[in-house]
Amino acid sequence: MDVLAQADLRLDANAIDYVLLAFYFALVLGIGYLARRQVSSSLDFFLSGRSLPAWVTGLAFIAANLGAIEVMGMSANGAQYGMPTAHYFWIGAVPAMLFLGIVMMPFYYGSKVRSVPEFMLRRFGKPAHLVNGISFALAQILIAGANLFLLASVVNLLLGWPIWVSVILAAVIVLSYTALGGLSAAIYNEVLQFFVIVAALLPLTIVGLYKVGGWEGLVERVSGGPGGAEQLDSWPGNQLTGFGSNFLSVLGLVFGLGFVLSFGYWTTNFVEVQRAMASKSMSAARRTPIIGAFPKMLMPFIVIIPGMIAGVTVTELAGENKAALLQGERAPSGATFNDALLLLMRDLLPNGMLGIAIAGLLASFMAGMAANLSSFNTVFTYDIWQAYIKKGRPDDYYLRTGRVVTAAATILAIGTAFIASTYANLMDYLQQLFSFFNAPLFATFILGMFWKRMTPTAGWVGLVTGTGAAVAVFLLAETGVWDLPGQGASFVGAGAAFVVDIVVSVAVTYASRPKPAAQLVGLVYSLTPKETLRHSTTGEDAGWYRNPGLLAGIVLAITIVLNIIF
Amino acid sequence: MADESRTHRAGVFDVRLVIALLMGVYGLVITIMGLGFTTDEEIAQSAGVNINLWAGVGMLVFAALFVVWTRLRPIRVPEEPQGEE
Repeated sequence: MDVLAQADLRLDANAIDYVLLAFYFALVLGIGYLARRQVSSSLDFFLSGRSLPAWVTGLAFIAANLGAIEVMGMSANGAQYGMPTAHYFWIGAVPAMLFLGIVMMPFYYGSKVRSVPEFMLRRFGKPAHLVNGISFALAQILIAGANLFLLASVVNLLLGWPIWVSVILAAVIVLSYTALGGLSAAIYNEVLQFFVIVAALLPLTIVGLYKVGGWEGLVERVSGGPGGAEQLDSWPGNQLTGFGSNFLSVLGLVFGLGFVLSFGYWTTNFVEVQRAMASKSMSAARRTPIIGAFPKMLMPFIVIIPGMIAGVTVTELAGENKAALLQGERAPSGATFNDALLLLMRDLLPNGMLGIAIAGLLASFMAGMAANLSSFNTVFTYDIWQAYIKKGRPDDYYLRTGRVVTAAATILAIGTAFIASTYANLMDYLQQLFSFFNAPLFATFILGMFWKRMTPTAGWVGLVTGTGAAVAVFLLAETGVWDLPGQGASFVGAGAAFVVDIVVSVAVTYASRPKPAAQLVGLVYSLTPKETLRHSTTGEDAGWYRNPGLLAGIVLAITIVLNIIF
Repeated sequence: MADESRTHRAGVFDVRLVIALLMGVYGLVITIMGLGFTTDEEIAQSAGVNINLWAGVGMLVFAALFVVWTRLRPIRVPEEPQGEE
């Protein structure tokens, strides 16, 4: 993070700002304490007793993903590439979220599994379960550490607190509420965080637009600046993909980002799916990702547009600085696109609003870390500890284990945070790792859900070889053997993982014995009675505005309109 | 709902009230800041918009809407703890 430190980012926070910040943290801890009273079994702790309404889980679904990469990274992308960044939301998230709600959620929620690895256990047996459980747990600890470190370094830059103080303080706060109240506390806080983030970014966007003279003013200044008018339309997005040809660029966006990467991430990542599993009925579970898609679709306007405004108004980023950064050189001012949001806050917000904006940023970092911890403790307790180490203990034993595991995970995350501090581009690296695991997982899931013959052996062999293929592409690109442009390396890696997983799974299936059909009811599409996939439409699930299919249609229509306008 | 008789309103802990509390306090503080303590210099810095005032009023309205929603549709908690369905 030494690149950040070169620009002067110290914010002029005063007593009022600190009071607003402290009030937010008091409420966060209060939620943890209150949620604790609702926890009486391990299911309460790990899945909120499957009792939450859909709007709560839907917003948590989005907030869990609204961490460091999202808020800071996407506004940085906005400053650098402009509107094409919206593809990460409109192509790279919304369709996959709708697919999760409409097609996959009935299997997850209907089979009453408690985690994504547990679905693997029921469908493919122990080897696939263990591979998935361990790789997921490992990834979560690494990512939690990276989130923690980013949080601490932002606090350090903004307020001047030493890194180690902020790391430990943030870890203690997140630990207290997740260990006390379990998933409910994490989810309630994610909902609160969502509103604080919006309360921080929306006024910033409005002031920024005033500053540049409205949308027309922004259009004029972006067109006149380095990067040009191309940055105002989301298609074809050549600058973002790094492909020269429009056709290849669109193809890369639709299949690489839109299909393999995003479906892999949103539909199999337990951090997300866990939020939907915590909802109170099948209908609510299906609506969770669909309700989340509404704010997701609008998020570009308060994340990317401030980035674009920063790119034309903030002295350290505009003009020759932006030109230099676009060429891949150091800006004369020493700032980078990652600083876009912070610099804009510094330039535009008075004390008062500034405190809320800082609270919003810290909220988004904590949301990410709490989400990692709460999904880690579930997978570790149910899928590793209960399944392989201490079987058949009473439920309160596992509830206690969950709390201890959360504490242990936090300590490990502090450790990985200090490892993270030694890498400059750890976020990119972790995102790449993530696509290693998610792309093959998605391939295995889709085959396993729709093809009843697929065998247990094919399940784990496919996963392992798929991940191997992605790692191989990564190594080839890293060592320069295969020159891949822009973000091309992770698109191609994910694609390779997906294809290799499918080919190997099909080949292994024909060489091994399938599971008896009776064991696959509720797990495979053709063997599951249609009634069990349907959700109730009475009582609290009644009404057209609670119909998942209709809601998904509305989201899809608005997304298409947004794509046509921009 | 048929079984409404066997439910009661949830107590203080409705996440909507917590959200309303946060937004209400934030809104109140920055509205007051905007009315009395935001200097002309700061207003000029935010492109001539008194953002403390406007964002404050916006948050107060938002908080009020959440309180109304909580009043109109309170959470109902079953008296008997439900078993596995």
